[in-house]
Amino acid sequence: MIAELGHFSLVLALLVSMLMSIYPLWGAHTGNQMYMAMARPLSVGLFLFTAIAFACLTYSFVTDDFTLSYVAHNSNSLLPIQYKYTAVWGGHEGSFLLWVLMFSGWTFAVSLFSKAIPQEMVARVLGILGVVAVGFYLFIIIASNPFESLLPFYPVDGRDLNPLLQDIGMIIHPPMLYMGYVGFSVAFAFALAALLSGQLDSVWARWARPWTQAAWAFLSIGIALGSWWAYYELGWGGWWFWDPVENASFMPWLIGTALLHSLAVTEKRKLFKSWTILLAIAAFSLSLLGTFLVRSGILISVHSFASDPERGLFILALLVTVIGGSLLLYGLRASQLKSVGRYGLVSREVMLFGNNVLLSAATLVVLLGTLLPLVHKELGMGSISIGEPFFNQMFTVLIVPFAFLMGVGPLSRWKKQNLVDLRNQLVMAFIIAILGALAINYSYDSLATITLLGSFLSIWIAVSTIFEILQRTGNQFSLSSLGKLSRSHWGMVLGHLGFAISIMGIAVTSHFTTEMEVRMSEGETVALSGYNFTFKGIVSIEGQNYSGHAGIVDIHKDGDFVSSLRAEKRFYSVQRSTMTEAGIDSNLSRDLFVALGEQLKDGSWALRLYVKPLVTWIWIGAFIMAFGAFLSMADKRYRLSKFATRKKAVLDNNAVPQGVPQQ
Amino acid sequence: MNPRRKKRMFAVSSVVAVIAAAIGLMLFALSQNIDLFYTPSEILHGKDGTRPTVGQRLRIGGMVVEGSVERADSSLDVSFDLVDTGPTVKVVYSGILPDLFREGQGIVATGVLQEGNVIRADEVLAKHDEEYMPPELAEAMIGIKHEKPQYSQGTN
Repeated sequence: MIAELGHFSLVLALLVSMLMSIYPLWGAHTGNQMYMAMARPLSVGLFLFTAIAFACLTYSFVTDDFTLSYVAHNSNSLLPIQYKYTAVWGGHEGSFLLWVLMFSGWTFAVSLFSKAIPQEMVARVLGILGVVAVGFYLFIIIASNPFESLLPFYPVDGRDLNPLLQDIGMIIHPPMLYMGYVGFSVAFAFALAALLSGQLDSVWARWARPWTQAAWAFLSIGIALGSWWAYYELGWGGWWFWDPVENASFMPWLIGTALLHSLAVTEKRKLFKSWTILLAIAAFSLSLLGTFLVRSGILISVHSFASDPERGLFILALLVTVIGGSLLLYGLRASQLKSVGRYGLVSREVMLFGNNVLLSAATLVVLLGTLLPLVHKELGMGSISIGEPFFNQMFTVLIVPFAFLMGVGPLSRWKKQNLVDLRNQLVMAFIIAILGALAINYSYDSLATITLLGSFLSIWIAVSTIFEILQRTGNQFSLSSLGKLSRSHWGMVLGHLGFAISIMGIAVTSHFTTEMEVRMSEGETVALSGYNFTFKGIVSIEGQNYSGHAGIVDIHKDGDFVSSLRAEKRFYSVQRSTMTEAGIDSNLSRDLFVALGEQLKDGSWALRLYVKPLVTWIWIGAFIMAFGAFLSMADKRYRLSKFATRKKAVLDNNAVPQGVPQQ
Repeated sequence: MNPRRKKRMFAVSSVVAVIAAAIGLMLFALSQNIDLFYTPSEILHGKDGTRPTVGQRLRIGGMVVEGSVERADSSLDVSFDLVDTGPTVKVVYSGILPDLFREGQGIVATGVLQEGNVIRADEVLAKHDEEYMPPELAEAMIGIKHEKPQYSQGTN
């Protein structure tokens, strides 16, 4: 009964989205106020009906309603209760329902926080979101319905949730990632609305920026959580595999980063207009491409569970429609967008342009590395795979100019910058970075080019970011002068510092990680990077829906006890699959990581041991970046409801808002 | 040239230069990092008329022959045979095999071809499903494109 209600609610949401795709856009076109005003109530309806559908599916999971095919395939009566909630998005249909829930949530948020934006623009933005929604809802109802019933022949118990997904990381990773993916639809809708209306100025950029920042922040968190999950759950100690699905989430992130910076130029200098539009279209298209790649089953990866070529075709059609349609509109309208400002060859504009070029190039590298094997295969040239070294080499090359610009860019002025004026700061930053990089390598007792480079770039970015704050505050680090910097400025600072922290983590951990695969019998001790790992033996463990055993490993350093780790091997009886749960002792300077292998003939066990320095920095950096983006959103000038209604006329002329001292 | 046009020229040419450099680099990096996929019979008989050469990096997919897994007594070295439709190829590997590595199951390994049809693998992958067969292998063995193992959705 509840399930039918959910299904019905989903169909209602589809109907609402159809209305939403027609009336507001038509109203904006003809100037009909009543039609335009329908946008907000419709978006509320869309969110409401989708939320009801989602709640119904959750209810079916919690009450073990195995008459639903989706529940029967992804849950089990023995599944711990918290995982019954998260199993809702553990398979294809449910994760797509989560996707549309997020989508309608964003739509609702736009209608809620757009009081200061003119009616016509709101109608266009929501109307375009409505058009996209029709595609999504049609897809979920026709090709991927989570409410499909198994009646009258339904199983007594479910097939259980994939054990890989029974984990805290999995509870939050998909929602965050989807928030990011879907969030770019708002930037996309703003871009198309700008094309339709022809209004693309600083005011527009100020509307679009916080939404882009929000989407980007969520995507950053989602990617970081996914990487962290892979690190501790897959038992290989790796944090990034250049897996096609990881790439699928990384591409919108790269383009989204470019979009953030391009939007800054559009807001402050009214430049890069058509480029910004193109990036907004690209970011959302890549999000859709990601969905297509993950869900169509044409990729082989950890994530390609529950794949189906027909669904792939549907998403492909959706993808072609969205990309084709928006690019067509872009082609027709972009020529009207004129960027008029002037700037010199050495200026912040050019550096941000360089940032955009490099980020686009990076996206292209990932796109090529992800799609080439597919194309190769479809052309009948045989299966190939592209190894990790390809991506690593390309990114090592791209990051050097990128990091250089990241240091110089914020220090330079808009319009024109004389590099000689920055000489002192740049030389200082360079020297500090060189010394710091050497010191870091020295502390690990060896010199490695790649770490030297990485830590140099990281310190370079961090030091020049600090110089930039000093420059803004007139070289005084007093609280009051720091407080004068705007929140969006602090957002930028945190974004860059977070990036520097991540780079440092990557540089150090990828070279100074020590690992060992050993046979150990009870009581045996091996030494790795100054830590003594002692195998204390095996205990058996019993969980609600699994059983297994855990290897206990005590770790000592210089005779002092550090930690006792449990490396588990779990057998999930319903799915008949074995899972490794690594034992990890984590702090800021290093992670100690133990994974249990199989038992060998003589009774000893195979164990995998790692000492991974600074590995947590990678994720900490990502969270700081995301926090920076959230802080930016909270900037005064985006609080449009209070600000813009008062000063709307002034806004466009007054490109640099108060609170940011102009240089 | 007036300054405006000069600036535009600079912008365009720098973009072209960056793109050219990027493509060049990319092709270079690609040429070193593409691993072709083979099945055991393709290793022996060649694929499209060419046999892989000794020392070549490649990926191999096949079913692990029952009873062929041998562990060394004092190290983590392990060897096993892979088969598809005819001949077998030996894979040697040092380290811990994935959780779902089992005899009779399909796996994919990446490594370097040695003398005597032996592959020294540095990576062995098995999927989280006992019915799972790498799609390439399913194609090679059954000879039908897009033939998927018939397990129901959502179970991996």
